[in-house]
Amino acid sequence: MIKVKNLSFSYKQNPQVLSDIQLEFDQRSTAIIGQNGAGKTTFVKLLKGLLKPNAGQIVVKGQVIKEQTAAELSRTIGLVFQNPNDQIFKRSVLEEVMFGPLNIKMEKSEAKEKAIEALRLVGLEHQLDINPHDLSLSEKKLLCIASVIAMDTDIIIFDEPTIAQDSNGKEKIRRIIRTLKEKGKLVMTIIHDMDFVAENFERTIVFNQGRVLADGPTREVFSQKQELLRAKVEPPYITQLADKLGIPGTILTIDEFIAKYHSVK
Amino acid sequence: MNKIVVEGLKYKYPLSETLALDNISFSVKEGEFIGIIGRNSAGKSTLCQAIVGLVPHFYKGAYGGKVLVDGLEVKTHSIADISLKAGMVFQNPFTQVTGSKMTVYEEIAFGLENIGVPRTEMINRIDEVLHLFKIEHVKDHNPFDLSGGQMQRMAIASIIAMKPEIILLDEPTSQLDPGGSEEVFQAVQSLKNQGITILMAEHKMEKVAQYCDKVLLLESGKVVDYDTPEVVFSRNDLDVFGVTAPVYTKVCQALGVKKKGADTYPVTLKEAEAALKEMRR
Repeated sequence: MIKVKNLSFSYKQNPQVLSDIQLEFDQRSTAIIGQNGAGKTTFVKLLKGLLKPNAGQIVVKGQVIKEQTAAELSRTIGLVFQNPNDQIFKRSVLEEVMFGPLNIKMEKSEAKEKAIEALRLVGLEHQLDINPHDLSLSEKKLLCIASVIAMDTDIIIFDEPTIAQDSNGKEKIRRIIRTLKEKGKLVMTIIHDMDFVAENFERTIVFNQGRVLADGPTREVFSQKQELLRAKVEPPYITQLADKLGIPGTILTIDEFIAKYHSVK
Repeated sequence: MNKIVVEGLKYKYPLSETLALDNISFSVKEGEFIGIIGRNSAGKSTLCQAIVGLVPHFYKGAYGGKVLVDGLEVKTHSIADISLKAGMVFQNPFTQVTGSKMTVYEEIAFGLENIGVPRTEMINRIDEVLHLFKIEHVKDHNPFDLSGGQMQRMAIASIIAMKPEIILLDEPTSQLDPGGSEEVFQAVQSLKNQGITILMAEHKMEKVAQYCDKVLLLESGKVVDYDTPEVVFSRNDLDVFGVTAPVYTKVCQALGVKKKGADTYPVTLKEAEAALKEMRR
């Protein structure tokens, strides 16, 4: 769905943030991991057309995005910002979620329908008239997720969705990702919670100092210990425990651990 | 010696119908590191604010019971008096940034200026925290141009520079990568080793289990449990309170492997490794 060729980028005269990135995205749910400052957020802003590459090309669904405006692209790609305060500006929850759909020229009735459906998915359907600024940080994050989902784009990118979420909130995000995936959408997520990555994403890409250091099926990526160490990424806790006990292969979930622990015994 | 004593604390925000804090009692000894856990809206942030005096002095509302911070009763002392004893790092660094300073360096100086620290001492302290939190390279940047992770580290640094005897941190590592969170926990631990008392609201249970002396579990403004990480995370009803135990505890619970000679489950990687190896023998 997305092809990235020789992509490089820097802010003004500063050193390069991204150097020569080559990536292709299909419908697999994809986690983007790496240290703060590795270039992850910059990369997704480029995909969304909010920044322009210094070199290279991004093709989204057959269209070169340089030739499209950010407004045109917004029908194809949705991006949920890391900080909800960068995104929220309307005076009620419902208006906030309807804003995006209305902007891409959805009919008012359809926009409302999509908005309510999205709010139901994140569990905010009973708070339609509340001022978004009165919501807690975790609810604001969910509201921003709903605002993007309501636009019904084929590609949805989350920037650190699990921040400030408790275990119920994380469970909600797990469900949202699964639902979007089932609808055939490409879900891409920047995230620091490695156990969440291991349990929920088919593909994982490791960014390090503006380059792609590893890319592949999640299990394969978490088995590349040297690369992870270089990118200063810790493997999931469950994977670390399995390693300490000498369980062969790369364990990604508690269930896998339990099954293997008995067989090794 | 008890550094913080909370007795029968009840609090209701203005216009709210329910108690945000409902009869909370606990005490913290000097140099202890306490983790505060519980689902969102359980009362973790409100409790932190009640210890630094923002509740009730800033938020107003109905208040009962007693909070003693190093002997000062919060209700009868001003936020300024309490701020000399206890400093708080907010959940969202954006809320904490003053907005009146043009650089990270000056932002960190703000609190120090307010409590009248001499200039040379100020410079030393700022350099120290810039180094401790690895933000020296952005010291001349505008605070609002920082990344989420850098802003969060600046927010922690500005409080630590004030050298309070008690530090409250409300989810201080939410925006940080695993390496960055680990650094913050280690920095906090080194403060604890210098005798500073720490309270931290946090969702990263593996870290809470590894670093905290005790865990305070809250639900609907009430204390459910206040004990060692082993005891709290070994409870089999954590789900009810919207909390999950560390991955290590969950595995050991599923396999029925307890810590050697104890009635609790392992809570850290090291403990889980030891207990599971022991089982195999």
